[in-house]
Amino acid sequence: MNLYEYMGKDIFRQYGIPVPNGYVVSSVDEVRKLTNPVAVKSQILLGGRGKAGGIKFAKTDQELRDAVKALLGTKVRNLTVTKVLIEDMLSIKHEYYVSIALNRSARSPTVIASAMGGVEIETVPDEKIFKRIIDPSLGYSDFIGREASTFMGLSPDLSKQFLDLLKKLYNVYRGEDAELVEINPLVETNDGKLIAADAKVVIDSDAMFRHREFNIQDPEKTPLELKAEGKGYAFVELDGDIGVIANGAGLTMATLDALLLHKGKPRNFLDLGGTDNVDIVVNAFDLVLEAKPKAILVNIFGGVTKCDTVAQGIVDAKKKFNIKIPIVVRLSGVHEEEGRQILKENGIEAFSEMMPAIERVTKVF
Amino acid sequence: MVLINKNTKVIVQGITGHQGSFHTGEMLKFGTKVVAGIAPGKGGTKFADKVPIVNSVAEAMQFEPDATMISVPAPYVKDAAYEAIDNGLKIVYILTEHVPYQDTMEIVREASLRGITVLGPNGPGITVPFESKIGIMPNHIFKEGDVAIASRSGTLTYEIVYAVTKAGMGESTVIGLGGDRVVGLTFIDVLKMFEKDEKTKRIVLVGEIGGNNEELAADYIKKHIKKKVVAYIAGRSAPPGKRMGHAGAIIERGVGTAESKLKAFAEAGVKVADYPQDIPKLLEE
Repeated sequence: MNLYEYMGKDIFRQYGIPVPNGYVVSSVDEVRKLTNPVAVKSQILLGGRGKAGGIKFAKTDQELRDAVKALLGTKVRNLTVTKVLIEDMLSIKHEYYVSIALNRSARSPTVIASAMGGVEIETVPDEKIFKRIIDPSLGYSDFIGREASTFMGLSPDLSKQFLDLLKKLYNVYRGEDAELVEINPLVETNDGKLIAADAKVVIDSDAMFRHREFNIQDPEKTPLELKAEGKGYAFVELDGDIGVIANGAGLTMATLDALLLHKGKPRNFLDLGGTDNVDIVVNAFDLVLEAKPKAILVNIFGGVTKCDTVAQGIVDAKKKFNIKIPIVVRLSGVHEEEGRQILKENGIEAFSEMMPAIERVTKVF
Repeated sequence: MVLINKNTKVIVQGITGHQGSFHTGEMLKFGTKVVAGIAPGKGGTKFADKVPIVNSVAEAMQFEPDATMISVPAPYVKDAAYEAIDNGLKIVYILTEHVPYQDTMEIVREASLRGITVLGPNGPGITVPFESKIGIMPNHIFKEGDVAIASRSGTLTYEIVYAVTKAGMGESTVIGLGGDRVVGLTFIDVLKMFEKDEKTKRIVLVGEIGGNNEELAADYIKKHIKKKVVAYIAGRSAPPGKRMGHAGAIIERGVGTAESKLKAFAEAGVKVADYPQDIPKLLEE
């Protein structure tokens, strides 16, 4: 789960990481009297905010109110701005980059740091990037920060601040179950202070049970995907016309791939999971039908998921939702004979092999 | 055979849960030596009238177990795994899905420091037909043979095992690595085991989008593996940035695409099947 900048900065503040003075407003009435020049930043969960005109600057009360009015309610790449962060402007001497993120192949967190901050880290040449794996059993220790600050050529005073900051950033990473904590830019001010001018914090959604509720809607998800999330299905909307219901993430992906190789276009990914419950099948149909496919393909390899249960779910769904579009089913594995019998009695096509079902569904409409 | 055999003694942490009890029953049918189950507070009772239930892994050590299956809710997995590691079990299989990845990171690291193998989380476990099974793979799909299979998914693995069996071949060992971003074993780890295993003559890797486990494996195969390897990659049609069911099945910042994996295998001379059902054909070529 991707946090808004202001939420990330609240967390940084709690952990003692220096951030600019600032506050969040969702209406112009909440704007306070100006004491310093400020940056007014749209709170949206997409990169490229500055280029898209989502950040403004103000030196007077009038400019501030105008900026807030101008930004609230605007759309930045399809997302409506409902909150803006008003922050004291920093006097910038230099911009650095620092992050801690999961390194999948090392199965460990990795510290990434660079003296070339303020730009996308992907555009910085490799030889200017410090990368170091943290052993999960040893955790963070100052020697890692010393290596990084030597690499970046920090002065003794900045180095001291950086070591303190990196230790705290690691505490955020661990303490908040983050996938990524990123400060870009990490600003060195004209009076020699390191301050986190931005905050990107991504939290592991599997760890939410031990954290506060954030209540953030994933901007990358479609309304139907959000609905599916509430119902507990792994569901991804695609742009084709064949609805897909399968069991297991791998088999569902393989089903979509096979459709595409047969010039069929999947409308969605829906993994039923390991289930032996008729209602779960019926509800899956409800969801897929909302995407208005021209046909539905069900591909089940039965194990824990029994083929006859799925068959019953398909028959129930067909009646309940009065489904008129073609349904093509493949059932293999536990109770497949019983399952195919149930479907046959109700006039639904059932195959025992996957490939004939794939071929069939690409030709039924 | 790899990692387990008919003498492997297994305990189940969370044996009285819905999943734990169902799959323990299936493992017993398969012939697995399940020597005890753990259910705190329920010690002294029995599972299916034969498997003793105890309160802790420490208590279960009287039965000299080698391996554990952990089937407890995600918030309790780290504690259960640490309990198994601390008691010196050699194989720790975690069935549970949605374990916080930082918990897994610590479990895997602590296990590796002690020479303990972690399977999963969020995978189907391991089956050696017809020696033993730890996990949830369906019993009816296997036949003894020389094909070793390692996979990042569950149902898709069964599909491929079944296709291999129906084609008249059989399996030496089938291992599910797990669908999470951080899991106990990599493809390289299992390739090493399969290459050494006398029973295994041919190897199938079932990969998917996300991470670079397949790319690393392809490079390793080129340099170190003499046995025949074929592969399947799921997720060729997956859009970037979308999580395709598994926590680990996601293309992030351009890393983990199917194209990159297909290219790596092609460079290593590993044939990749277009469809799961084509795996037997590639094995026989």
